Amino acid sequence: MKDLVNRYGLLLTTVFAVLTGFWVLVLVVLPNIYLFEHSFRPYLPVAELRGPKDVYSLDNYLTFFRSPIHISVFVWTVVYSALVTVICFLIAYPLAYYLSKVSARALLPTIFLLLFIPLWVSEVLRSFAWFIILALKGPLNASLLGLGIIEDPVRWISGFRGVIIGLVYTYVLFMLFPLYNAIQSLDTNQIEAAEDLGAPWWRTHWRVILPHAKPGIASGSVMVFMLSAGSILVPTLLASTNSRWFTEIIQQWMFESQDWNTGSAYAFLLLILCTVFVSVVMRVFRVKLSDIAK
Amino acid sequence: MSAGVDLDNVCADFGTFRAVDHVAVNIRPGEFFSFLGPSGCGKTTILRMISGFIPPSRGVIRIGGRDMKGQRPNQRPTALIFQNLALFPLMPVWENIAFGLEVRGVDRHKRRARAEELLQLVDLPDAADKAIAQLSGGQKQRVAIARALAVEPQVMLLDEPLSALDLKLRQHMRAELRAIQKRTGVTFIYITHDQGEALAMSDRVGVMSQGKLQQVADPREIYNNPANGFVASFVGENNIFTGDIQGAEGDLARFATASGTFTARLGPAVTQGMKARLFLRPEHVRLAPAAASANSIPVEVTDVAFEGNFISIHARDAGGQVLLAEARNDGATAVPAPGERLHFTFDGQNAVILTGDTAARDADE
Repeated sequence: MKDLVNRYGLLLTTVFAVLTGFWVLVLVVLPNIYLFEHSFRPYLPVAELRGPKDVYSLDNYLTFFRSPIHISVFVWTVVYSALVTVICFLIAYPLAYYLSKVSARALLPTIFLLLFIPLWVSEVLRSFAWFIILALKGPLNASLLGLGIIEDPVRWISGFRGVIIGLVYTYVLFMLFPLYNAIQSLDTNQIEAAEDLGAPWWRTHWRVILPHAKPGIASGSVMVFMLSAGSILVPTLLASTNSRWFTEIIQQWMFESQDWNTGSAYAFLLLILCTVFVSVVMRVFRVKLSDIAK
Repeated sequence: MSAGVDLDNVCADFGTFRAVDHVAVNIRPGEFFSFLGPSGCGKTTILRMISGFIPPSRGVIRIGGRDMKGQRPNQRPTALIFQNLALFPLMPVWENIAFGLEVRGVDRHKRRARAEELLQLVDLPDAADKAIAQLSGGQKQRVAIARALAVEPQVMLLDEPLSALDLKLRQHMRAELRAIQKRTGVTFIYITHDQGEALAMSDRVGVMSQGKLQQVADPREIYNNPANGFVASFVGENNIFTGDIQGAEGDLARFATASGTFTARLGPAVTQGMKARLFLRPEHVRLAPAAASANSIPVEVTDVAFEGNFISIHARDAGGQVLLAEARNDGATAVPAPGERLHFTFDGQNAVILTGDTAARDADE
């Protein structure tokens, strides 16, 4: 704080502090506390608010555990978010390795710019673009038919397929950058040493590069997984008749049933259960929280 | 098992820059060979070409008589010890050493046993399960050597592996490396900018400058009979005089300089009329109270530095040239005081007239 005052003067420092405080407190902390408090109260007509029925209970949370359909939607959301994470890793790892160890330094700014440009377009537009690309009579099927790779058009948006494609496209860069940073920090001599000792390329990756990149893989995976599980836009736009995402249930509670109390409880359940899932996976892969924070 | 390495007019070009320029040398099986030169002279490039990381742009590299063209580093019978060692920090010591065996499909028990054996060889028992971060600089060095020896290379390539160690440890590791090389009989090719290291360890030394091999000879020959001005000035200290050759008689010649006319040995292929310099090692300078009949320079002592085993005497002659002499700290030699006037004399057989550029003095750092 003293450094800030010395550098920017008292006025600017106060402005920074007040703005940051406003953002954290009013826009993040207070709404969450409000929802958290509501999640323990029953959904009542306005007349009965603060009345004798308005008591704290775990009923809203138990609603979830009493509903097999909601539990199954949650499980599928976790399974497919994990699948999206794995696909993102499979796409991002070779690219991150190429960018950090193989490609010419001079090319990097251009490649990064090309990777970033899609991010400048709104997520809604990008999802709609995929909706068009993946449509039954869309350009993807047309090209594949034209090239003779498929004989009949593929119904891309069926089951969770459209959602997975959309989520991978939207979040793959969140995997790429942590991986790029991790692999870039590996001393190239270690890769050469492994090769010099006789290792074929895949063993060098398995024994030297992947273990070194583990913190990057972990932080990229946590980000992609949490963002996917919490995504509402892509699962709504690229949904098929039988692809239900857990966030859609939260949305239904809040906007269709107008029951914000149960909706809040579901939102916190998503957060808590996903955190538990991530912690368990981190345990299994022996990743420490401090690795991710790096 | 060890193999010789033949470099047959090898060149390496980076764009228009020729880093290695027609280097030709035959390194014998079981030899400890050093490439010595200032940074940027191309010695590391030579090492990377032998290990297979860079292809030579011209010439042929043969290991054990076999042309290495097109062979990847993991297909060559060489093992490289990197300047920063490049140990794998996430593996314990024994897995580091056994990595080459793991790659070759040796089973875990045998790998472990071999790693322990090699740890004995490099005098580091009980370190098998330690993490790399727990080791000291010298211990890491030994692990790197053991890791390279584990793949039973025919040629071991070392890229200034001692440069990160402090002086005492460096001197100890020199002897150690030499002993390991003798014990295993593997051909060692050693890269260094440290002349002390090269002279103390090697069977033969190749001195390099600007991509060219200047001289290949055993350490004594390099020091006592340098082939040209670069070798003379890069290896060891010198008093250097510029001047003209005035006339030769046998292997000696008269050499006229601003400090006087001296008699000295003619270097290889040096003849009258060539641009040449006279090189005189400080330890060959005698201090005399009176002028000698020949090869005598009147000087004024400017500085006396006590170095322990010897005393270094800086002096200036009438023309202002700074000269250097060394006196042994044996108690028998009189040590002059700054300001004293005396004569530097030397034997013509101990001074040599050579051509060629001299090494920039900051280059050996």
